[in-house]
Parts: sequence; structure tokens; C-alpha cells
Amino acid sequence: MSITIRNLSSVYNPGTPFEVRALDNINLSIGEGEFVGLIGPTGSGKSTLVQHFNGLIRPSQGEVVVDGRSLTDKATDLREVRQRVGLVFQYPEHQLFEETVFADVAFGPKNQGVPEAELKERVNEALTLVGLDPSAICDRSPFELSGGQMRRVAIAGILAMRPKVLVLDEPTAGLDPQGRDELLDQLQQLHSRAGMTVILVSHSMEDIARVATRLVVLHRGQIVADGSPRQVFTQAKMLMDVGLGVPQVTELMLALREKGYPVPEVALTVEEACAIILGLHRGGEGQ
Amino acid sequence: MSAIIRMEGVSFSYNSDDPQQTQALQGVSLSIEPGEFVAIVGRNGSGKSTLAKHINAILTPTSGEVWVDGISTKDTDSVFAIRQIAGMVFQNPDNQIVATIVEEDVAFGPENLGIPSDEIRRRIDEALSLVRMSDYALHPPHLLSGGQKQRVAIAGVLAMHPKILILDESTAMLDPLGRQEVMETALRLNRERGMTVVLITHHMDEAVRAERVIVLDRGRVVLDGSTREVFSQVDLLRQLGLDVPQVTSLAQLLREQGLNLQPDVLTVGEMVEQLCQLL
Repeated sequence: MSITIRNLSSVYNPGTPFEVRALDNINLSIGEGEFVGLIGPTGSGKSTLVQHFNGLIRPSQGEVVVDGRSLTDKATDLREVRQRVGLVFQYPEHQLFEETVFADVAFGPKNQGVPEAELKERVNEALTLVGLDPSAICDRSPFELSGGQMRRVAIAGILAMRPKVLVLDEPTAGLDPQGRDELLDQLQQLHSRAGMTVILVSHSMEDIARVATRLVVLHRGQIVADGSPRQVFTQAKMLMDVGLGVPQVTELMLALREKGYPVPEVALTVEEACAIILGLHRGGEGQ
Repeated sequence: MSAIIRMEGVSFSYNSDDPQQTQALQGVSLSIEPGEFVAIVGRNGSGKSTLAKHINAILTPTSGEVWVDGISTKDTDSVFAIRQIAGMVFQNPDNQIVATIVEEDVAFGPENLGIPSDEIRRRIDEALSLVRMSDYALHPPHLLSGGQKQRVAIAGVLAMHPKILILDESTAMLDPLGRQEVMETALRLNRERGMTVVLITHHMDEAVRAERVIVLDRGRVVLDGSTREVFSQVDLLRQLGLDVPQVTSLAQLLREQGLNLQPDVLTVGEMVEQLCQLL
């Protein structure tokens, strides 16, 4: 299950004075089992791009191929594609509407024609995947839950359709640090244990550095960097020029290098930075 | 009575008929002096936004009392005076902009106050210059970046000539540059204009730039002190569902390994300075 994008351009309001080229000749291939972090400043085209992944927006030019089938091909069943590529929008809890958590999570699979008998299994599985206890929460109204719980119920509603690819547009915005860490851990487990392909749009370099195996950087509708987090975060100056940044521990490494210390250019996590500095400290004592 | 914001035993519940309903605020007492830059942090549901809405009388206490610049928010005749003193900027920039041209949006507040038009003109120019958006006065707001939109929203508040600026998670939806723009604007207004700033945020790297931090949990104030005092309590903050900046967390790990670092390292610059003495 892969997504391949060839020469994709997307233009809003074509032929009017308000014409905006949101995506400009994008070429990108995402393979099964990747965990891709998609980053870029506001207006760089991230949200437009992810809506092409499951055919919510049709390309102005170029082609999107999901699992071997072109989305521009009239014969392609877009409903089936949307079941395979689950898209979680920004603030997905605003879309909760049912009277109970069960009904809300079951809504997607029910519409796909999943038999009643199987719905319970789907809902239980999806709620468990996002770290909620089905027996405790199924009969409650989604509107009496906390913000972090509502967000997870909304994500469970997508997981209940058993997608192969999960795309999330800023899923941690507005969550407190604990809620954010829990959600990131769950995404990492969906990736490592359930083998799901995950595409995560985020403004937080610290979050992305922790979980993604690959980073794609968008700027003004074009891909300006694509590689492992370690490779991409070595381009600190470029990232800052386009309005992004690097994780704080990477910033620390850069500052130490400027002072002449022999440290790597990038540290992705606090633990890694700790090991680097301890190594330096012990090396200093040895001399 | 010099405090610009004073709360005495403030409790609030969203549904006061239902005794089962937990209170969003429980006996909060605090006082903020003019010119302070205070960050309020706490997990989702801890009462941060409820507290902020008490400062400009969007909400009034179920019990207890709030005074803003000496005026009690119980006094319903003073609601407009209080909202002019304490201006609030919210999370989503797209929900706060009403006009089709930036300067008309900034004019909206003062126009409603019935201020003469030449004075309004003066206030618009001043407010846009304070947030460094003068060049965009005639632009349509929907074409601005998120950070620029929030700065326009701040200008709209400044045009009311407030004494207090409340930022209720105003950076949550912004990219790193947008967040930086909003933070720099708030810090500059505080330093150069003596504006009292109340910053509500989930981003600890923003909270460390305040001079004082108040931590809320389950509707109560659990910590209130200088930024350094509060952020040196890494374990307690984690128990409260919060976090510390990566360098603060790194300093703690290195201390556990026997390195002689201060527990209150808050920024990359401070960390570099301390490490240079050790390595």
C-alpha cells in the first residue's frame, strides 16, 4: 500500500485575480510502513497536499496513485480509497455529533456497510488503539469528555474503518503536554505494532523529531527537503529561513559547535543530547 | 490597592444547578501588579481559560470576587469599562477578524466605543505600528499568515487602549515563526509600554519567557512563583501533566549523572554558558 504523487500542481480559483498556486509540481512517493512528518510554514500547502492523498481535492495537474490506482481515473472507487487512507482533520473533535461515543465511532464503518454484528468489535478495537477503555466510555456522550479524550474518540472514528494509511493534520494542537505525549506514543504504536503507514502534519519540531522516520518539508507549494530527520535537521539555516526551526536540543548542539566543541550537528531527543554531553565530559576528564 | 488584577476566593461552576458538576475554579486567590508578564499553565480542563474569562468579565464568579483596576466585575454597569481595560486575544485567528480590510478590523472596537473619527485614525496607526503591521493596513486579512492575523487581532485590542493584554492560547495554531512573532510583540508591549500581559499557553518554551508563572490544576492554584522557581520543579510539573523545555529536562538528566549544573536552566543560551564552564 503506497502513495505516489507525480508532477502534482494544485491551483485555487484558477483564471481569476485570486488565483493561488498552492502546490507546484510535487513528486513524492510514500511506501508502506513509513512514518512521515510533513512540515512547513502556514500557507506552504501541507493541508492541500494531504487532501490529495484520498481524493478530497482533485489535482489541477499531475497524478496521485494510491495502491496502484490513479485517483484521476474515473473507474477508481474513491469511497474505497477513502477507507484505505484515513484523514484526520485539524480539531477533529469539532466533527463529533452522535449521542454516544459508540455511535460516533461506529458511524464510518456503518456507512461502509460493515454488518451490525461486527461493529462492536470494530469500535472496541479502535478505542483500545487510542488508549481508551471501551467499556467505560462507549455509552457516554462524546460532549462530556475532556478535550484530549474527544480528540482520541474522533481519531478512533477513522481507525474503525481500518485504514492502511493514517494521515493526521496537526493532531496535537491545543492538547496539554501529557495529552500530546500520549497521543504521539499511540501513533508510534500504531506504526510499529499495527504496521500502519502514518503521515503526520505538525508545527512542532520536537514532536516530529521524536516519532517520524522521514521528514518532508514544504515551502511555497514545493518540496524543499526530504530525508531522515537527522539529515533534514542538519539544514538548520534553511529551516529557519522558511519560518520553521529545529528541536531545542539540536539548537544546543549548533551553539556548542560554534563554541568549538566536537559535537554532532543534530540531536533528536533529550536522551541523545544527554549521551553526547556526557561523552564530551568524560572525554575532557580523560585528557 | 495597587494590584491591577485581584481575585479573592473565586469559585466558578458552569452549571451551578448541578451539585455533581465539578467546579472549574475552586477558591482562587491571586493578585497581579501593573506591568507584570504572567504565564498561566495547566493541563486541559485545569481552569486556565475560565480564569482568563473572569479577568474581562465574560464570566463572573459563582462565589468570591474579582477586581480589575479597582473595579469589581460584579458591577454589571462596568462591564464595558472592564473589557476596555482588559483585552483578550483568542486561539483561532480566523474567528476573530470581522472586517475585509486590516485597518477597518482594527477600527471596529474604537468605533463601537463612539470615539471621534480623527482619534480612531490615530489609534489605528499607533496600534498597527506597535504590532509592526503598518505596511499591511490596506490588505485583506484572509491573505495574511496566521502570525500576522494574530498581530492584527492584538492591534484591534490595543486600539481600545487597554492596560491588560490577555493571550488565551493565541499561538496554538501558529507555525514556529508565527509563534515567535506573537511572543516578541507581547514582550515588547510589556517592556516598552508597561502593558500587563497574561499569557495562557501549553508551550513551555513560551512560558519560560514570562517573569512569573501560575500553575493551575483542577481549578486551584498549585504553584505561583518566579519562572525560575516554578520550572526548577521538574518532577512536580510532570505530575501535573505539564512539561519543561528540552534544555531544562536535559539539565535534570545531566545532574542525575553527576554534572554540576543549576536546576533552573531555561534557555539554550543559559545551557551553553553553564556547559562551557564544565566541559
